[in-house]
Amino acid sequence: MSKPDTVYFFGTCLIDLIYPQAGVSAIQLIQREGVQVIFPQAQTCCGQPAWNSGYRDEARAVARSQIALFPKPIPIVIPSGSCAGMMKTHYPELFAGQPDEAQALEVAGRVYELTEFLVDVLHIELKDLGEPVKVAVHTSCSSRREMGVADRIETLLDQLANVTKLEQIRKAECCGFGGTFAVKQPEISASMVLEKVDTIRATQADRLVGQDAGCLMNIGGAMEKQGAAIPHQHIAEFLWERTNMASTPLPSTPLRNHSHRTERPLNEAAARSLSGVEGNKETAQ
Amino acid sequence: MISEFRQHVIENLAKPKVRANFRKAMDGLMQRRLDQFPDPQELDRIRTQAQAIRANALSKLPELLEQLEARLTANGIHVHWAETTEQANQTVLAIMQQHDAKTLIKGKSMVSEEMGLNHFLEAHGIDALESDLGEFILQLAHEPPSHIVAPAIHKSRQDVAKLFNEKFPDIPYTENIDELTQAARTILRDKFYSADIGLSGVNFAVAETGTLCLVENEGNGRMSTTVPRVHIAVTGIEKVVEKFSDIPPLLSILTRSATGQPITTYFNMISSPRKPGEKDGPEEVHLVLLDNGRSNIYSDPELLATLRCIRCGACMNHCPVYTRIGGHSYGTVYPGPIGIILEPQKAGLDVHGELTQASTLCGACGEVCPVRIPIPTLINRLRFEGVRKDASTTPGTGSRRKLQEAAAWKAWSWSASHPAVYNFGATAATRLQGMLPTNMSAWTNVRSAPKLAEKTLHERLKDLGVADE
Repeated sequence: MSKPDTVYFFGTCLIDLIYPQAGVSAIQLIQREGVQVIFPQAQTCCGQPAWNSGYRDEARAVARSQIALFPKPIPIVIPSGSCAGMMKTHYPELFAGQPDEAQALEVAGRVYELTEFLVDVLHIELKDLGEPVKVAVHTSCSSRREMGVADRIETLLDQLANVTKLEQIRKAECCGFGGTFAVKQPEISASMVLEKVDTIRATQADRLVGQDAGCLMNIGGAMEKQGAAIPHQHIAEFLWERTNMASTPLPSTPLRNHSHRTERPLNEAAARSLSGVEGNKETAQ
Repeated sequence: MISEFRQHVIENLAKPKVRANFRKAMDGLMQRRLDQFPDPQELDRIRTQAQAIRANALSKLPELLEQLEARLTANGIHVHWAETTEQANQTVLAIMQQHDAKTLIKGKSMVSEEMGLNHFLEAHGIDALESDLGEFILQLAHEPPSHIVAPAIHKSRQDVAKLFNEKFPDIPYTENIDELTQAARTILRDKFYSADIGLSGVNFAVAETGTLCLVENEGNGRMSTTVPRVHIAVTGIEKVVEKFSDIPPLLSILTRSATGQPITTYFNMISSPRKPGEKDGPEEVHLVLLDNGRSNIYSDPELLATLRCIRCGACMNHCPVYTRIGGHSYGTVYPGPIGIILEPQKAGLDVHGELTQASTLCGACGEVCPVRIPIPTLINRLRFEGVRKDASTTPGTGSRRKLQEAAAWKAWSWSASHPAVYNFGATAATRLQGMLPTNMSAWTNVRSAPKLAEKTLHERLKDLGVADE
């Protein structure tokens, strides 16, 4: 599709509660491309936890309240492969035979995972302004197998000149999160995430990035528990941090005029490093 | 309370050697499969072709089974129907008794595992000997298979060396695989000649021609089905295919998906007993067709896809859960992703329903299934049936519904469909955490607790003036 004027943004509950900076960054990235963003404040959760636990009526009630929030025929961008997969793949199943099946299908047809949207629709071109850094990428199972967009995060990172991607072994293997799986089968989940952590640590990356907050919370949490954690970041936050120039006014980005008390330390560090870089004004757009 | 399944899991996760055996074997099998399918588009095409062959067969299963019976009978093969494993066992026993048979030599058969045939025959004074090397090892060790294609995959070569040394002290101790195999071959060779009856499974049964196809690598299948005077084949009713021309594509995708072989060393097609003038082959051939819950699965248009399975084992080879917990943790004949959808449907969700939780829904199984069984979709479906009484004819629907958990999901659903409630912010979030099925220690044993942000994304964007509609 061609570049839209406006998109809806569905933030997901995990980003809402735990990684809001990723949501803010995602919106900033989209706005910087000259696309307006609508964030319906009545949004909550896609309903996936109940759907995957077999509680379909409960999932549908939540999903029903979400599909009502996107009346305009514009894309719905979601910074998560798993929540995007829920809406795109599972809403049609969840609403099969329901009176509002057509509405659910129509919404499903407009869903884009964030990295997919940045690459396939916005054809975003990124200019790396950051210091050299080595990153490991965790691609979520839902972005890989359900959405089929796992390579988009790589495409984006490949645009960043100072970013070196390091590849952990068994990269395509699940991290063991699986939503309620992590607490219903805690022993299996633990063995999966600990092996995932080992493979990521073995790369000696400076940072872990991914496109799904669930995986990051799982892998990042396990590293934090062990100590000496490799910092983890949602891809949106990482991309914004690498490409945002604090001193250049960006059109249609009212966000950057606000300073956030909740800003995460990684961003402050990045801002400090950016302030010393000359020539950014000319090169960053 | 920790369930029996979780207890098995905890025990097996604590066996580093066995875990290493699985990991190494599964990594190898995944790579070998990948090497067989260098072109993803071609793989897509042949998976669709294989799916179509199996779906076609299932779409006319009753007619094809009748045709199969008629063809086999015309070819001189006796056909027996068994609704339950008990009936199947009795049928085998009756055939053995007719021939006054005391010994049975077996090729590999998962359906015979399903029947518990060895134990049944033992109780009736009949000696059943496994001739597949993996099964032979397990019979010595008194263990069930841990994988449907490679039953002794959990054992290292050293384990087998020790076992052989213990059971056959006359044979010099060796860890050399060729020597171990040769030892087993020598022991088994005599047994083939002395066994009264041979038994095998069936990979595909062709309705058009009345042909029983058997895929194997060791030649023990051919020996079991040709040397003894009588051959009994046992199989599930879903194994039928319509046409002889269906076999090449199915065989090719089966062996490549299973072991990464372009073709197996042996492929047997059994179409009749020994004919006058022929130099080998059994005088009598029987086929036992087992239902054991398959008809019930067949009656559901979605769950029916379970029966497309051609038992390649690729789903377990690629499953990150199976790879870690091993086949024995499941406590069922069929482990891994196919097992967690098949076994609860056969035995009931009240018996094996918890197995539907043994998946992160990562989708690796569905991605490699050669007949495109949507395993994650069916896991989700069975989780639904587990908490919804009378959802379908699957036995035990609703048996996994727990009052507290159901109430928690109801409360969650109510709050998440009422934005004002949801947006109560951190309070609502705290409530959400409290509603997870077990306490936080399940999470925090190996992870730090998730830290809630000071301000939610909702609040941040409101502050920033991002449009609401």
